[in-house]
Amino acid sequence: MNAVGLYFRYVGVSFRSQMQYRWSTILSTLGVFITLALEFAAIWGLFHRFGTLRGWTLAEVALLYGIVTVGFAMAEGVARGFDMFGNMVRMGDFDRLLLRPRPLALQVAGQELGMHRAGRAIQGAMVLGWAWTSLHLGWQWQLLGLLGLAILGTACLFYGIYILQATYCFWSIQSLEVFSVVTYGASETAQFPMSIYRPWFRRFFTFVMPLAAVTYYPALPLLGRSDGTLRTPTWFGWVSPLIGVAFLLASLWVWRFGVRHYRSTGS
Amino acid sequence: MRPYLAILSARFRMLLQYRSAAAAGFVTQLFWGLIRMMIFQAFMENSISPPLDSRQILGYIWLTQAFLLLAMVQGDGEIQAMIRTGNIGYELLRPVDLQCLWLSRKIATRLAPTLLRCVPLIGFAALMGWLDWPGLASALAGVAALAGAVLLSSCVCMLMDISMFWTVSGAGMNRLIGAITVFFSGQLIPLPLLPDAWQTTLAILPFRGLADAPFRLLLGQIPASHVVGVVAHQLIWAGLLSLLIRGLMARSLRRVVIQGG
Repeated sequence: MNAVGLYFRYVGVSFRSQMQYRWSTILSTLGVFITLALEFAAIWGLFHRFGTLRGWTLAEVALLYGIVTVGFAMAEGVARGFDMFGNMVRMGDFDRLLLRPRPLALQVAGQELGMHRAGRAIQGAMVLGWAWTSLHLGWQWQLLGLLGLAILGTACLFYGIYILQATYCFWSIQSLEVFSVVTYGASETAQFPMSIYRPWFRRFFTFVMPLAAVTYYPALPLLGRSDGTLRTPTWFGWVSPLIGVAFLLASLWVWRFGVRHYRSTGS
Repeated sequence: MRPYLAILSARFRMLLQYRSAAAAGFVTQLFWGLIRMMIFQAFMENSISPPLDSRQILGYIWLTQAFLLLAMVQGDGEIQAMIRTGNIGYELLRPVDLQCLWLSRKIATRLAPTLLRCVPLIGFAALMGWLDWPGLASALAGVAALAGAVLLSSCVCMLMDISMFWTVSGAGMNRLIGAITVFFSGQLIPLPLLPDAWQTTLAILPFRGLADAPFRLLLGQIPASHVVGVVAHQLIWAGLLSLLIRGLMARSLRRVVIQGG
């Protein structure tokens, strides 16, 4: 069986095992959905009270919110193996994967499917749909393509962070809480235009973790806006999501470096 | 009363051991506080006069971070674990009231991590000039309301634990209660900033007693003399929840099967 076929076999097994607890999965999905719906209600409340955010309307912010939420949900749903990787190293289970003549990253990726993360994807897609229609963006294929590219870039970026988090476990044995600050903090940060943040903060999410490149910059041409502070050319937003893809590839390279330095803890 | 106090203090001292978790939590909360501060400050550039002024909103954000663990209700599955291992047998044999026993433990479980986190965060926020000293009267009133919040949140958590007797639907219910609590206690957006038409409902619901009311007392936005009303609201809801818990416990413990041995 080839590697990709194996991955989908893994995914199928995980799907079927979670479907054994159908009600639990459905209720968890619903729980995630309502948690996020209330989170968006808080943003709505802020706009209801204050009107605009530095000239941005609720619908424009909702577009950013939708891109990052859907992208993050995609990464989170399929990156659970990397997210839980600390346990795997601690228990020595990783050794078993090393014995199998198949790509390691794919085996880790296929460990478990985060089914109830679908709640996040559904909520994000609903906000995105609402933003898209109330901004009258229509069905132009260029704009839809850019939206797709932005979501893909976001998913790749978050996936890259999960891989880096897992790679860190090769040295530390345990997952670091600071990584969840980066993932969840980034998804919260990207819900709002980057221009509202302080310069040092913006620089971190542009150059260290290229979050702005996958959410904010592609959203600018979609909204017909330009960035006031960095004065990037308009075309930048059309290609910048690719930085997210590059980030994922770089993370995989670091991962391979980490695997070579793995020493088993198992007993 | 003495056995309950002993249980409370034993659990409290046990939880104070988790200092490195508290240090990691400090960094996390600091980061979240900074993000939220920047977002709210950008909103506040609009020249309208919200029900809270900009200093109060700033203070509110940092109090939310400082007391996050107090108001973030969740079932911890401890009771399920006791049922699974059979330890619930010992619990049922103890010559104390089971509900009071569990409540004492829950209070300690809420209190110790909160104390470990809130002290450095409040200190830091005050040092950076994000949090003002409200005056002695408001500070005392705020602390009284926080004590009420500990009791109230312990009751909510216990309800969540009990609801997990009905395993499958319980876990989903817990997420739901948690999400609703976070929103309606004012942890996502200060309650006075929500639409004016909602304010009466928000005032009746129990959730504001977990965060919003103590915070506004601490900020001096609710005058210190109103503390009696706030605490009474918390106690009434804690009492109602306790009655509900007692009813549910009586029903569910009758059919507990002790496993293990």
